[in-house]
Amino acid sequence: MNQWKNFTKGFIKENPILVLVLGTCPTLATTSSAFNGLGMGLATTFVLVGSNVVISLLAKMIPDKVRIPSYVVVIATFVTIVDLLIQAYVPALYATLGIFIPLIVVNCIVLGRAEAFANKNTVMSSLVDGVGMGLGFTMALGILGAIRELLGSGAIFGMKLFNGDGALVFVLAPGAFIALGYMIALVNKINKAKN
Amino acid sequence: MAMAKTESTFKNMTVVLTLITTVAAVGLGFVYYLTQEPIKLVKAEELKKSINLVVPGADKGVISEVAVKPDDGIDSLYFYEIVIDGKRIATAVKTYTDKGFSGRFTVMVGFDTLGNIIDNNVLEHKETPGLGDKTSKSKSTWNEQFKGKNPANFKLIVKKDGGDVDAITAATISSRAYCDAIQRAYNAFVAYYKINPASAPAEQK
Repeated sequence: MNQWKNFTKGFIKENPILVLVLGTCPTLATTSSAFNGLGMGLATTFVLVGSNVVISLLAKMIPDKVRIPSYVVVIATFVTIVDLLIQAYVPALYATLGIFIPLIVVNCIVLGRAEAFANKNTVMSSLVDGVGMGLGFTMALGILGAIRELLGSGAIFGMKLFNGDGALVFVLAPGAFIALGYMIALVNKINKAKN
Repeated sequence: MAMAKTESTFKNMTVVLTLITTVAAVGLGFVYYLTQEPIKLVKAEELKKSINLVVPGADKGVISEVAVKPDDGIDSLYFYEIVIDGKRIATAVKTYTDKGFSGRFTVMVGFDTLGNIIDNNVLEHKETPGLGDKTSKSKSTWNEQFKGKNPANFKLIVKKDGGDVDAITAATISSRAYCDAIQRAYNAFVAYYKINPASAPAEQK
């Protein structure tokens, strides 16, 4: 398989948020600012890469009937590692992401990639898939966070761009749905134009 | 390398699951061991910072922690007594309220020995971004109004309900809750140090 295509598919063609629409719960909840979106994205990327690699290594060894519990144990282990590392070394991020980090365990993307990709592909392909999908996820979350932060509080990465409070709705959940909806529409258009 | 897929027999499933969970447990134990110290340091540092914010100069003294149970609450409040040269100069109280818009939030209040509020700030909250989070110093100057006030003669109730506190526009619930947290801290403070609120100095305008 062409590794470059494998890597880039996560950004537009099979973007986990904008095309596959997986893992929307943390997406909507954590993207109130660009920094939070990126932080959540990178934490998920780490888990995704780790679990993809380990699962592709173990795929042959794990009996089919217990594959889901086995994958969940692997994923949960990586999530707990991320949780502890962020607590220890990036406390500012931990303060804002808080409960959403443990929730990466149930993020559909991670188990989805394990089931749809890592368990039937080589370690190398799974690694590339994990990085690509993770960064695609991070990109979508970063952009969504930036849009919401800009419209909601007039800032990007905490830097004020214009005065005033902005439209509060974009900081709250409805704004997340609206912004995500437009992003999905845009990516659909791009993908249609390509075909 | 064409290794055959492990079959789903009872024995295989047991062995594989046991192996995976054991390796995961050992790995996690190791990471926990590695991060234990840094996490402790970060937490201690954060606590110190938040105490220092409500009692400026607290880091120059000795801080000791006491858990105090309020009359009306289930959970303890934490008193951080700041002692400089053997004399207690102030107490930072970590207090909480369950009347917030979305669950409990915790507040740190610094009192001088007479019960005057030195300063105050939110520690943790789940209030609405853009509304209730204005109770925090990082978002607005709203909580400056409590500075220097003594709850004995400064009614910790929003003006709408007949008190002295300016509520945050569109976040009256959060404002009420914040007052509740400070009131709880003050009540515990007065009871703990046996201060008669009536003897508090008259409010200076």
